[in-house]
Amino acid sequence: MNENKQYVVVVLDQEQFGIDIQQIETIIRMRDITRVPQAPFFIKGVVNLRGDIIPVMSLRLKFGLDSDEYSHNTRIVIIKTEEHCIGMIVDEVREVVEFSQESIETIQRLAIGSEQKWIQGVGKTDQQIVTLLNINTLMEELLPNKE
Amino acid sequence: MSQYLEIFIEESKEHLQSLNECLLQLENEPHNMELLNEVFRVAHTLKGMAGTMGFTKMQTLTHDMENALSAIRNGKIQVDGNLIDLLFQCLDALENYIEEIINTGSEGKESYEILIQKLNQFLSGDSQKEEEQKASKEEQNVNKEEQAILSLSEYEQNAIRIGFQQGYQAYAITVYLNASCVLKSARAFIVFRTLERYGEIIKSTPAVEDIEDEKFDLEFSVVILSQEEKEKFTKDILSIAEIVDVKITEIREETHLKNPEQPKASTQENTQSLTKVDQNEEHENRVKPRAGKTVRVDIERLDTLMNLVSELIIVKNSLEDVDRRAEQNFNESIEYLERITTNLHDAVMKVRMVPVERVFNRFPRMIRDLSRQLEKEIHLEMSGEETELDRTVIDEIGDPLIHLLRNAADHGLETTEDRIKKGKSASGHVYLRAYQDGNNVVIEVEDDGRGIDAKIIKQKALEKGVITSETAENMSEQELVELLFQPSFSTAATVTDVSGRGVGLDVVKTKIEALGGDIEVKTKLGKGSKFIVRLPLTLAIIQALMVQVGDEKYAIPLNTIQTIEDIPISEIKSVQKQEVIVLRNTVIPIVRLHAILDVPEKEKEKNTLTIVIVRKGEKQAGFVVDGLLGQQEIVIKSIGQYLSYIKMIAGATILGDGEVALILDVNTLV
Repeated sequence: MNENKQYVVVVLDQEQFGIDIQQIETIIRMRDITRVPQAPFFIKGVVNLRGDIIPVMSLRLKFGLDSDEYSHNTRIVIIKTEEHCIGMIVDEVREVVEFSQESIETIQRLAIGSEQKWIQGVGKTDQQIVTLLNINTLMEELLPNKE
Repeated sequence: MSQYLEIFIEESKEHLQSLNECLLQLENEPHNMELLNEVFRVAHTLKGMAGTMGFTKMQTLTHDMENALSAIRNGKIQVDGNLIDLLFQCLDALENYIEEIINTGSEGKESYEILIQKLNQFLSGDSQKEEEQKASKEEQNVNKEEQAILSLSEYEQNAIRIGFQQGYQAYAITVYLNASCVLKSARAFIVFRTLERYGEIIKSTPAVEDIEDEKFDLEFSVVILSQEEKEKFTKDILSIAEIVDVKITEIREETHLKNPEQPKASTQENTQSLTKVDQNEEHENRVKPRAGKTVRVDIERLDTLMNLVSELIIVKNSLEDVDRRAEQNFNESIEYLERITTNLHDAVMKVRMVPVERVFNRFPRMIRDLSRQLEKEIHLEMSGEETELDRTVIDEIGDPLIHLLRNAADHGLETTEDRIKKGKSASGHVYLRAYQDGNNVVIEVEDDGRGIDAKIIKQKALEKGVITSETAENMSEQELVELLFQPSFSTAATVTDVSGRGVGLDVVKTKIEALGGDIEVKTKLGKGSKFIVRLPLTLAIIQALMVQVGDEKYAIPLNTIQTIEDIPISEIKSVQKQEVIVLRNTVIPIVRLHAILDVPEKEKEKNTLTIVIVRKGEKQAGFVVDGLLGQQEIVIKSIGQYLSYIKMIAGATILGDGEVALILDVNTLV
């Protein structure tokens, strides 16, 4: 009975975010992104991942932060759900942490407004605090019919 | 079992198709013994197969069909239109079974009792069948509640009987939800709660779990035991939001429940098979065996593929020791490799190819039905059934063609009297042709009917406000006729069952364009009309021209490109703020790809512009590009659902260096 869940900790504008490891297909280095005209501002374009075309979004832009400055630490986290695949650009991928159910605090209200629904809760360890992303709502929102 | 299931489905489909064809022929040659024997044989095989797979209802139905056929063979009954109609209905029923099996893995609940009854009536030579048929049709309409009652298991029936003894009433209630209802399961839950206040729900169709999972359409049925009057239910249920209708049938012991003490042979069989269904259903919920899409492949084609792959390995080996050899050898190897990959591509494509016959073969039957329904004599002439198309295209092209054929039969062809008056042959002709034309397959649907009257279309278009009277004046006849493809444009004076509901040719057009094809119409008043559908041979790999726009690369499908021109800037004119060029006496609007694709312009205006002239149907346009990168064979990939709404991008492809290039959708850009 191990109810602990593993999260990959990524960094955006010095803040730590956690993504459920089950939902991550792979993590790749930054590479050339082909821009797609008329795409929403936070979709940077598409990349080729082993023969599949995958859209890539900037989490920074989506969260209303300053636009990305690519460094050698920049990574694209490829998220995969049942039907869809999408890449998310992050400043840095730090580590994998394990949170037990008890150490995750669901948050009633955060000061970040509309981003709130993309957040699942906050995971705490002795040293750090990680905001856990709710990937499902984030991805659902991207589907065109949800407009 | 599933490995046999696929074979069973494939084969049953083939058998049903051949039954269809034979019956059609049989109608014209009722005394052809050979045909009759063939039909009999096929039906028998089908019965056997269904039996082996445990699809008892299919087996029963085919068994009764077989009885009827054997009676025909013995000369006991005569073949006539009605009998053939009935046999066709049975085929439809069998097809439904197969569909159900494909979707769910079981044959479903419908047992087509009515068909079986009718078959038996034919056998006993009953002549009052007409009326009974009507009656049974009505019965068919009542039915959600009846079905719910019929599908009661013995245990549930007993519960009702006990209820009756204790002074309860039993009702079968069907609730219809509003089509726009979003939270269907929540509504259903409220209905259940409401009903539970009055009594005990003993059964619901679909099962409660399925309703909770929203696995139902817009209606569901329940059987309830209660002491209340049925009017009360109606009122209460209807007061719940988003409920459109409620139908209640009272269950009476004598009419609806089977008496357990004196079971008649048939009823017992019935309940047995019904309980079996219930088990199947449970099974269904756990595993949903879905039959995959399969293509039957000629062994020869596989052999070719195998050979090519072996050759490929040889080339790979020869490339490996290239360093040791001279450069000339390297080029040779590359050429060899190229030849093989081209052949390999062809071979793989051929494996995916299926003859259009797969779609065409159901049309004779359809035209026959239409002919009876519309009371017109219609002859369908088909040619080029052997023409091959990609499997994916074949799967999609059926509906648009059905639509075109129905249109031809319904609107295109005149009534028999009118034809005779006009001095035409009494029977109308519909032609369906398929042939290959370069990298396209062309399918034509032509009729020798009344043709399309541009004047009527103009009038209609004006009435509906599709065009203004000003634009109408300037439109050619061809342009007017093409208005038919506009959304919500149906010219049929009366809406008939067959066609003309306002959703029509625009849907056909959209569908065909989605397949990468196009459709045009040619018509001559009084002589007939012809719809020409052009489809690409394959969807996966195309020839494309790679172009440079700013720093970006885009692909334009080669089959849409007419010419490429270098035009001096001075020749660009402006007409109503639209930039145009005049090329060989035609005015062609030009599209600045920079502007449309939001690409920053690379350099200052040059003296000449490179313009790619593309064509879509009759329309042309010139795309201004910065440079041509050459022709290339590209593999089309989808850019995924997240970006699918960007209409001007048809997809993406991966270039030799792993980079991604987008493919322009010429249809939306012109």
